[in-house]
Amino acid sequence: MNANVKRVLRKAFPIVFWLLVWAACYRAVGQDLLLASPLQVARRFAFVTEASFWRCVGMSLWRTAAAYGLGIVIACVLAVACHASRLLDEVISPALLVVRATPVASFIILALVWLSATNVPILAGILMVVPVVFANVREGISSTDKQLLEMARLFGWSRWKTWRRIVIPTVTPTFVAACQACVGLCFKATIAAEVIGVPKNAIGTQLRNAKTYLETDALLAWTLVVILLSMVIERLLRAAFERGMRRVHHA
Amino acid sequence: MSITLENVSRSFDGRKVLHDVNLTLPDKGAVCFFGPSGCGKTTLLRLICGLDKPDAGKVHIPQGTRFSCHFQEDRLLPWYTAEENLRLTGEGIDAEAWLNKVLLPDAAGLYPDELSGGMRRRVSLARALAHPSDVLVLDEPVRELDEATADKMLELIAQSVGNRLLILVTHDRSQAERLGCRVVEFPLDGGAP
Repeated sequence: MNANVKRVLRKAFPIVFWLLVWAACYRAVGQDLLLASPLQVARRFAFVTEASFWRCVGMSLWRTAAAYGLGIVIACVLAVACHASRLLDEVISPALLVVRATPVASFIILALVWLSATNVPILAGILMVVPVVFANVREGISSTDKQLLEMARLFGWSRWKTWRRIVIPTVTPTFVAACQACVGLCFKATIAAEVIGVPKNAIGTQLRNAKTYLETDALLAWTLVVILLSMVIERLLRAAFERGMRRVHHA
Repeated sequence: MSITLENVSRSFDGRKVLHDVNLTLPDKGAVCFFGPSGCGKTTLLRLICGLDKPDAGKVHIPQGTRFSCHFQEDRLLPWYTAEENLRLTGEGIDAEAWLNKVLLPDAAGLYPDELSGGMRRRVSLARALAHPSDVLVLDEPVRELDEATADKMLELIAQSVGNRLLILVTHDRSQAERLGCRVVEFPLDGGAP
């Protein structure tokens, strides 16, 4: 057997296996309301031809991107500020530990009191990103080689040159690891907030509607959309970050 | 204006490394801190460079004094090549020429982790010599080098000092003699050499 065919079969095997398990469970349950069949879910995927599907996907991705970008910027600014001021660090670091430990649903419900349903998912995403990126960037800055910093000081480097040539390359690996780790979390938190807040044009709203109208096939189809999008986002970002890391280190 | 130390003391974990040291360094020429390991040579060097503060006494460094230093460790940026490490030190530095001078003509594109310990030390030495400065600090510059290479590096140092003050740290008296250094013997104890 050709090596390429073998590789494809090897990759396809787990998918086929779990589809068969799913089909077996569907037969065992025997009620469409409780569990839809793989075929019913596949039929639901006809919604990709509708404009409303792409509006929902587009808006959810936009909210995720906004939350992700804002979260990273806020985390980096806070990490640099906390590095510069011990007092600020003593105020901010424990607060972010609390945010990290608090269930995101608590923030979503509270935020719905203050913000519109459209903006709450962005806040939920930000709250997922900030503590993770902050902790890694803060740790990265602290772990900068003191001997290299002394060398820069002695050779009269400016603060900006020291940051650009020593601190940023030191922080980059931990920063990238944090960004990669929280992109999936950010996307899922945004969708979860959409499920609770029910904004217009949102994947989360579609999940909520499917649950309300007991459309199990639609619920599973939208869940698969979330999984697929999550995988695509993570892969694209990983490739982008790897390229970015090479540029930072060999600029 | 010279770098001066007045009644300088420095301790680490209760152990006095320098006690009541008085020292005036010349504006130019060569000074060698000579003595066995652990007697406070590097500590004094760090105080002179402003990288450390004394527990007591004063270190006067004239304003605007520019230092260049070859530390005991190579302190090269691991994410830049040998050539880039040299270029980062100052504008207009002919990195290729300096790598030739330290006998590393083929090292320009190599990263520090691709160089041997001795090669890294020579890149670091080239960086210190190439950087425009008033005070050139060399902490055991030919350590870990074979005799022939060490000999050539000492020759290069002698040629490159120019109008600067050279502070050499070593426990090999012949190096100090070779570079025409005024020798400051360690340990110092309230000494004013």
